Amino acid sequence: MNCPECDAGLGIPSDAATGEIIACPDCGADFEIAKKDGSNIELKQAESVGEDWGE
Amino acid sequence: MSRVCIVFDRLRTEEKMLQKEASELGCECVMRDAKTTQINTDTKAGRDFGDVALERCVSYFRGLHFTACLEFLDVPVINNFAVAGICGNKMFMTARLKKSGVPTPKTYFSFSGEAAAENAKETGYPLVIKPVIGSWGRGVMPIRDGDAMDAILEIRGVTDGPHDRIYYMQEMVKRPPRDIRVITVGGAPVAAMYRRSSGFKTNLALDGEPELCKITGEIGELATRASEAVGGGILGVDMMEDESRGLLVHEVNNTVEFKGIAKVAEQNIPRAMVKFALDLVRK
Repeated sequence: MNCPECDAGLGIPSDAATGEIIACPDCGADFEIAKKDGSNIELKQAESVGEDWGE
Repeated sequence: MSRVCIVFDRLRTEEKMLQKEASELGCECVMRDAKTTQINTDTKAGRDFGDVALERCVSYFRGLHFTACLEFLDVPVINNFAVAGICGNKMFMTARLKKSGVPTPKTYFSFSGEAAAENAKETGYPLVIKPVIGSWGRGVMPIRDGDAMDAILEIRGVTDGPHDRIYYMQEMVKRPPRDIRVITVGGAPVAAMYRRSSGFKTNLALDGEPELCKITGEIGELATRASEAVGGGILGVDMMEDESRGLLVHEVNNTVEFKGIAKVAEQNIPRAMVKFALDLVRK
């Protein structure tokens, strides 16, 4: 699957799961796996880091 | 066997490790993305949160509110709402530590920029200012003189969020260039690491270097006391080694990250966490 931003190959691991974040190795954009059905994967823009994020 | 629900909003290595351990313990694991979950006041039907939930959201407020909903639905949550509320706010947490007799750095609270400036002037520099909400060392700044204080007040005046009007300033502790993170599960210390840094902050999120730390009697006992002070559960207790006073607890974290320490720890950290959750509903 290719990056929606820059079209580089994302190299999503086969065991990646819904909710996991995929970073484009070329442009650095972050995507979240929104749906995964076998090899069909739907991505959405990952949330940006919030002020309340952390531990 | 009881079923464990892992509530997340960003599926990180930690949540996958917890899922794997639950599976290896023969326990069914429900993975629940808080961002896509709907809850209402009138029905519990159609929502599976298992028998016990581990709240693992990276967003503090999302996790806190989700915890409130789970408790409304009578689902036991780790950590519970009271613990999450205390640990998510540095002022509440510090007050609880001090009240419980846990050694902690001297901390100054004020509720307006003018009062904070006055407080700093009376106390003297250096100080450290921290936002009451937030993590990973974000917004934690050394204040070495009045000019730095003025700059911070100006920035706070511009951003002017609700929490920007709450000022939490702490003495700058004289310590070696590291702190200690202890992971406690049900009050018991299960692993500890030194976080080394040549800079002012030691957070691993800011590239602090992790190194295994032996849990001495003193470290273990203090971690247990800090955990009990905030209400227990699964926590990350941070300590500094003050030159004259010994160990001081400066923070207790609610949704502790552990992927770094798990690589070197003797105990299986995610397994201890899942077992603790299962034991909670078995009792």
